[in-house]
Amino acid sequence: MRSDTIAAAATAMSNSGIGIIRISGDEAVEIADRIYCSKNNKKRLINVKSHTIHYGFIYDGGVMLDEVMVSVMRAPNTYTREDIVEINCHGGALVINKILDILVRNGCRIAEAGEFTKRAFLNGRIDLSEAEAVMDIIQSKNEFALKSSVRQLKGAVSDKISKLRSEILHEIAFIESALDDPEHISLDGFSAKLGEETDRICGDLEKLIGSADNGRVLKEGINTVIVGKPNVGKSSFLNLILGEDRAIVTNVAGTTRDVLEETVILNGISLNIVDTAGIRDTDDVIEKIGVDKARKYANDADLIVYIADASKSLDDDDDEIIGMICCKKIIVLLNKTDLEQAVSEKDIEEKFCGRADKMTYMSENNFSAVRIIKTSVKEKKGIEEFENAIKEMFFNGDIDLNDEVYITNQRHKEALIEALDSMRMVRKSIDDDMPEDFYSIDLMSAYAALGRIIGEEVGDDLVEEIFSKFCIGK
Amino acid sequence: MEIREKVDVCVVGAGHAGCEAALACARLGLETVIFTVSVDSIALMPCNPNVGGTSKGHLVRELDALGGEMGKNIDKTFIQSKMLNISKGPAVHSLRAQADKAEYSRAMRKVLENQEHLTIKQAEVVELLTENIENMTDMSHLINETNAQNIENMSDEESTQNMTIMSDKERIQNMIDMSHFKNVSDIQTNSGNLSKGIATKKITGVKTYTGAVYESKAVVLCTGTYLNARCLCGEAITYTGPNGLQAANHLTDSLKALGIEMRRFKTGTPARMDKRSIDFSKMEEQFGDERVVPFSFSTNPDDVQIEQASCWLTYTNEKTHEIIRQNLDRSPIYAGIIEGTGPRYCPSIEDKVVKFADKERHQVFIEPEGLHTNEMYVGGMSSSLPEDVQLAMYRTVAGLENCKIVRNAYAIEYDCINPDQLYPTLEFKDISGLFSGGQFNGSSGYEEAAAQGLIAGINAALFIQGREQIVLDRSQAYIGVLIDDLVTKENFEPYRMMTSRAEYRLLLRQDNADLRLRKIGYEVGLVTKEQYDYVCRKEEMISAEIARLENIKVGANREMQEFLESKGSTGLKTAASLVELISRPELSYEMLSEIDKDRKPLPADVIEQVNINIKYDGYIKRQLKQVEQYKKTEKKKIPPDIDYDDIKSLRLEARQKLKKFKPISVGQASRISGVSPADVSVLLVYLEQRNRDAR
Repeated sequence: MRSDTIAAAATAMSNSGIGIIRISGDEAVEIADRIYCSKNNKKRLINVKSHTIHYGFIYDGGVMLDEVMVSVMRAPNTYTREDIVEINCHGGALVINKILDILVRNGCRIAEAGEFTKRAFLNGRIDLSEAEAVMDIIQSKNEFALKSSVRQLKGAVSDKISKLRSEILHEIAFIESALDDPEHISLDGFSAKLGEETDRICGDLEKLIGSADNGRVLKEGINTVIVGKPNVGKSSFLNLILGEDRAIVTNVAGTTRDVLEETVILNGISLNIVDTAGIRDTDDVIEKIGVDKARKYANDADLIVYIADASKSLDDDDDEIIGMICCKKIIVLLNKTDLEQAVSEKDIEEKFCGRADKMTYMSENNFSAVRIIKTSVKEKKGIEEFENAIKEMFFNGDIDLNDEVYITNQRHKEALIEALDSMRMVRKSIDDDMPEDFYSIDLMSAYAALGRIIGEEVGDDLVEEIFSKFCIGK
Repeated sequence: MEIREKVDVCVVGAGHAGCEAALACARLGLETVIFTVSVDSIALMPCNPNVGGTSKGHLVRELDALGGEMGKNIDKTFIQSKMLNISKGPAVHSLRAQADKAEYSRAMRKVLENQEHLTIKQAEVVELLTENIENMTDMSHLINETNAQNIENMSDEESTQNMTIMSDKERIQNMIDMSHFKNVSDIQTNSGNLSKGIATKKITGVKTYTGAVYESKAVVLCTGTYLNARCLCGEAITYTGPNGLQAANHLTDSLKALGIEMRRFKTGTPARMDKRSIDFSKMEEQFGDERVVPFSFSTNPDDVQIEQASCWLTYTNEKTHEIIRQNLDRSPIYAGIIEGTGPRYCPSIEDKVVKFADKERHQVFIEPEGLHTNEMYVGGMSSSLPEDVQLAMYRTVAGLENCKIVRNAYAIEYDCINPDQLYPTLEFKDISGLFSGGQFNGSSGYEEAAAQGLIAGINAALFIQGREQIVLDRSQAYIGVLIDDLVTKENFEPYRMMTSRAEYRLLLRQDNADLRLRKIGYEVGLVTKEQYDYVCRKEEMISAEIARLENIKVGANREMQEFLESKGSTGLKTAASLVELISRPELSYEMLSEIDKDRKPLPADVIEQVNINIKYDGYIKRQLKQVEQYKKTEKKKIPPDIDYDDIKSLRLEARQKLKKFKPISVGQASRISGVSPADVSVLLVYLEQRNRDAR
């Protein structure tokens, strides 16, 4: 069952000097105490006065992990009006991540998006006038978390989890059908078979947890999508920064009919770059599919690279593209500067000004914030400026999705651990010779936990499975 | 001049739901009239000749604990009884009894006929009478005052009850009780609100086909499968209810005119055979249990040890399936004549053959319809194929080669409602005083019907008396799961109870229905003081015995090791309590009598609870913890006048669903499909904001 004591990083998981992890809930102090060790090993957090800060170390079993300062604040005079512990550790995603990991293993749950704020409000800490804002935060953060949670999962991992889920569901459905209709379906010899299945599933879950530890479950990097009209040089640009001829490059408009995805590291920053088909109003069926895909990718992107042809005037298709991307973080490449110029930086700025109301990420009244870089892919000009722009945006925090990746990773791991615990309970019930109906309790918990990773609820899955796979009824 | 009568409650329909509803109202002192199209078919069993079965048995037990009649009636009229799943865990043990159908019906009719305050009327109700609600504020004020008083009284009772808390086990027991208790009072506050609610109309009575008007304060609709019913047997269609009984062809129009959303469902039944034409030597005989357990907590177990009738098991075969496949085009379902949605869990034999084509044979149970008839029910082979195909198909089954069909198998279509129009009290959200139960609500099965009928009847009575209505939650009873599923989930087929639908089934056992629900039945007024006192005593005996066993420690001496070995168990390493020994899978309370010298004789039902509570302690505790979490949002009530359009952060889909379902609690809201956890959080914040605003 999911714990009611929650934990999350209160600071960004970037490479800053100090990171803070916040824990809130009935067991906050007890859990922190389990992983904390004072200098002389005598101090216990459960015994310290409220609103005090303590020097010490975080231990993972016998291994010292970090030197920390820990604040203990007892309810009710805290942000959430619950017991709160804050661990000030050395910044850096790795350390924060590791500490969160130990907290989860010791009984915490990773906070849902907006959950600290929600608790603060429900417990009367936040003023009534802010209720609307609180509700907005909860809804928008959750939507984002949900979206990124599924999006960041690697396809193979997601497939694996779906497969494990359907296997587990099938076992539950079989047990339940037999319980429901004992005169038609027999469970003789089922325990032994389920025992083997359970061991195999446990093994698979252990492997998945291992990969989560190594960060191999998620796609990391900034999801970057290249958009533009056909034949403005999108594929050539990609090839240039990749340093290889990967995309098909011709001077026929509409050559890239699908999408290409590549990972590139620029200045140490990892980008997942998707090259899309040129966007234009088209009747060609296959090209249309590519264009639709491009829209979808652009919609999910963290960063858009919009390439415009400086040698041709902006037209309706450009308008269409700007409308589609104006609520995103954007770098505009004004390409083909080697040819005669028909479009200036100012023309582009004006286009974006027209969409000012939708431009979430642009600073107010300052449309020069749309980064426009003049490039000539043909002459390999402007690439350095592009790399610098990325670096700048990253360090300014304009593009920074590592937090979400790590949080997602923690949530996934927490769910995987829960599923594994449940499957081990199944094993134990089998070993203890418990009746079969006890197995399905823990199988169902495992099923639900895995569902959280791929964003699927339990709903009526079981009843559906029973009716579709087993013939029961009078 | 037309007849005009004044009563308190009108119950429409005298099937399993109607009987329970009418009895509950009359027993609570309200003048009640029950309408039926045929007095001879009161409590008719038009399909299978049994009561109970997996999870349905639980429903009957719970209904009995609350003061319903079905359990007592089947105890009087059963001809065979079996506890199913006895090799599995206690949570899924389920009682099923074969009924003598005619006797069952007759016995129930006798109870109805002799019930004070109850009148039976053979008439078809064709219209509901309502008036628009203008100003209800004064009345709701009154109701809320009564609420407050009742809650106060209960709190006193509750605190005395919890004075003596000793062992863990007792605490668990107490937690179960308290949780029921608290919930009842929670709901009470809430249903007070409901009355002031958002209904635009209130019920004033019913009108019959002959023009008679019955004015009443509440109406309970239990029309079963009779509304606009039609029966199909191949190409032959008759516009009747089950068994050729008169259908009710007018009421649907009146319901629609009141804005009630109707839907069409279908179900089916197999043929009945002449016993003399069946060759039982080709079938396996199925006996009842040696020691019969009664359904009702008030039936003396010694009274049900009767001589039992047998059922018979045979199978379909490739030939049967071949005939069905060849004639599928003549099945009204596959030919598209049937419009209603049928249940997947109760498939016709043609469905089974099509859907599970790889199965070589299907089981067929031949069950007696009663002791004084030769008719035999052919369980497992319901069908809507034409008569000639039916006969050919049945005659391929071993033992049925020369069978003679007394009644053909048929499918039946009928009107029912989308139950999302009901509160969990089974009152219509839009029409104050109108309640409904049974197949009319989109369920299937006698037991599901009876359980809803009882709750609808109880709440109709409480409504009239200005008392707080009851809602059982998912952690209290299968009845709670059943009703919550009906009113909260989107159901597209007749709903049947299943043990897998109950999240907390380890706590909702058929053996502890009395411990769970007697108290509520007593408070409602359907359970006597004597019956309730017995349960209180039983509870005390259980916890005292567990505490005693915890305190008895046995050493790891030679005598003990030999004893344990003789019982097929392993020796002790250190001293252990008797509780630890009983929790071993291979041992039980009874087996330790030799080494438990001070043991005093206890009733069998107490010993059963001691065993279960000790053996499954770990699992039970885990479920109790989950229930604790569940109760948190269940307790957060949503005022009926909430304006979801005012909550800007709700997603559109969630807002639409919440407006449609009008959940009474945040817990119920969270179970509506399309309402995400974030929406639930938003709702919680909004409610908190509203509360603070009010202060």
